[in-house]
Amino acid sequence: MPEVRRSIAITIDDTEIDAYEGESILQAARRFGIKIPSMCYLEGLSVWGACRICVVEVAGQHQPRPACATLVVEDMEVRTNTARLQSHRRTILELLFAEGNHVCAVCVSNGNCELQDRAVEAGMDHVRFDYRNPLRPVDATHPKYVFDPNRCIVCTRCVRVCDEIEGAHVWDVASRGHQAHLVTELGQPWGRSSSCTWCGKCVASCPTGALFYQGSAVGESVHAPDLVARLVAARRDHEWFPPVESPTSPNEQNGDDR
Amino acid sequence: MHDLVTIDPVTRIEGHAKITIRLDEDGKVDDARFHVTEFRGFEEFCRGRPVFEMPSLTARTCGICPVSHLLASAKAGDAIMGVQPPPAGVALRTLANLGQIIQSHALSFFHLSAPDLLLGMAADPSIRNVFGLMAAEPDIARRGIRLRSFGQSIIEAIAGRKVHAPGIVPGGIAHPMTVETRDDIAARVAEAKETSVVALELYLSIADRFAREIDAFGSFPSLFLGLANDEGTWEHHDGHLKVIDATGAIVADRIDPAEYRDFLGEATNSDSYLKSPYWKARVAADGPVADGIYRVGPLARLNLAETMGTPLADEALTVLRDRVGGMATSSFHYHHARLIEILACTERIESMMSDPLLMDSRVRAVAGINRSRAVGVSEAPRGTLFHDYEVDDDGVLTDVNMIIATGQNNLGMNATVTQIAREWVTGPVIEESTLNRIEAGIRAYDPCLSCSTHALGAMPMVVTMIDAGGQPICSVTRD
Ligand code: SF4
Ligand code: FES
Repeated sequence: MPEVRRSIAITIDDTEIDAYEGESILQAARRFGIKIPSMCYLEGLSVWGACRICVVEVAGQHQPRPACATLVVEDMEVRTNTARLQSHRRTILELLFAEGNHVCAVCVSNGNCELQDRAVEAGMDHVRFDYRNPLRPVDATHPKYVFDPNRCIVCTRCVRVCDEIEGAHVWDVASRGHQAHLVTELGQPWGRSSSCTWCGKCVASCPTGALFYQGSAVGESVHAPDLVARLVAARRDHEWFPPVESPTSPNEQNGDDR
Repeated sequence: MHDLVTIDPVTRIEGHAKITIRLDEDGKVDDARFHVTEFRGFEEFCRGRPVFEMPSLTARTCGICPVSHLLASAKAGDAIMGVQPPPAGVALRTLANLGQIIQSHALSFFHLSAPDLLLGMAADPSIRNVFGLMAAEPDIARRGIRLRSFGQSIIEAIAGRKVHAPGIVPGGIAHPMTVETRDDIAARVAEAKETSVVALELYLSIADRFAREIDAFGSFPSLFLGLANDEGTWEHHDGHLKVIDATGAIVADRIDPAEYRDFLGEATNSDSYLKSPYWKARVAADGPVADGIYRVGPLARLNLAETMGTPLADEALTVLRDRVGGMATSSFHYHHARLIEILACTERIESMMSDPLLMDSRVRAVAGINRSRAVGVSEAPRGTLFHDYEVDDDGVLTDVNMIIATGQNNLGMNATVTQIAREWVTGPVIEESTLNRIEAGIRAYDPCLSCSTHALGAMPMVVTMIDAGGQPICSVTRD
């Protein structure tokens, strides 16, 4: 029996759409091809609402709302790209760049990075804040993967995919505020983790160059964020992925030919 | 007490530098020094990075010869992994370096030095640049631009991008060669070869005008260091280190580049960020490091080679040797050497085009971390380049040392500037043409001091003269 969902009429950027009850603004918008930028949101994972890049304006509400974490309600009027929202998004991006050490030119994810893409879309040609230039050691102890916290934006996609999809819960967030940072195995080096299954879903999900395969050179890391939604759908529908010609990583299946 | 004459900055070299000419009490030139005042600290921010990122990270050291850093770094990476890249990977790296030498030498000759050579050292600076060259010698200027673009397109084909290419990686090359790019290179190589022949003929037709410069632009005995092979042919990518003296006698041969620390000292200078490497065995315990002076780059490579290994370049080498009577010891001959190298590159590229190895899809060896220290060496257009890495068990850099070609020529450049100043500076006045000669003397080495190219000759030059009490007596600014 197909699931019956009540539809709810809302307006996004003057377009009337039929959203589903229980759906977020972001999900509804995407189903209708309306682009709202996102970063911490990943289809198939729980909603976190951390990055705030997806902010939208809702008529009658003074504060912008995170589209990924705001459910649709009847007759909602949403604006996704006002001057105020553009300014907020750019500021958020500049703060992210100022907070870590994001040097695109020498990053494994250069050209394949959601943070970089969002910055380009937002027209972020420079950063108005002082760079914090934090000292963050790279964890290359895992035989297959590397974690470079310099490039981590604490979106927690890796935390959620590891916990919710793989069920290993290797990752956690330690500390608070600008001190918040990712840890593996409660602060042990990743290579010493006994719960990591070497599945690579965290690497596939990471939006930046913070997680990548050992041996990756600059520009070589390609993520496969769609993998999560495909896995979730496959489990739900019991429809598994078709075979591939030769052994390939999720990255390769995602269109990378390296 | 000494008078100081400062020329700052030098135009048309890659970066910022200034020169101090020290006069003695009689107003004669006592000594001259070439200062590199720009500090980039690359070694510092390599620490803590995975070794696999090093090629692209260090390639940022230079926008003119990034391929050289990619190669030296990737070779250090190969050694850290304990692998030998597949033959096709080696062939493609070799091809990339040939393209790199062509494009860098073409820039040096056609854009940076040809204005001096063809328009004359005393020509008005406002026309003594690549635009003046285009007006006076449009065919040569156009050919030079096309030659450089040929070299760049090879780099692009193999490494993925013209500048800061990510395709050269530890273990080999990231992507195999495609038929289209191979055919594109093959279609253009004949013209590149012809241009290098034309440029050589042109150079030889005017070289005799510079008899005085040849005698005074760094004409002194020194050691020459570079990569060499067992066949005695011109080497630019693999092989061992070899050192000869100004008579051609072998000083050291078959040195494993990884052992460079046993042979090379690195002196730091209080007035320059460029370290001065020197040949240890020639410097006495408390003797001056200048005793250990050696030169690297095109001049050294040609002096080291018995033959170029290709027909036209071998003829050209014979012409050079006949002109200089064997060993070329004046740095002015760097120009000539560069042109011969361009010709050799085009000939080698031409012969590689029919090699099926080039199209092999196995171009990259994959491995983990199998050694904690390794040295990678390449012959950059400007000379031998060393990358020395130490990594922890996870392949993260714990220490790094880079010896760049321009640094190794530092002692030579100082000696050259001194020699030129002694020849042309008499008293507390510097003629415009003398400024040009000092700059041209340094440019003979084609130094790359940062990633900025001042190819337009438009950088201002300030000449400050200071009296015995340290007070400036006059200042000449050239815009
Ligand atoms: S490592 Fe990547 S996925 Fe995990 S929190 Fe950081 S940026 Fe997000
Ligand atoms: S995508 Fe909505 S808050 Fe991050």
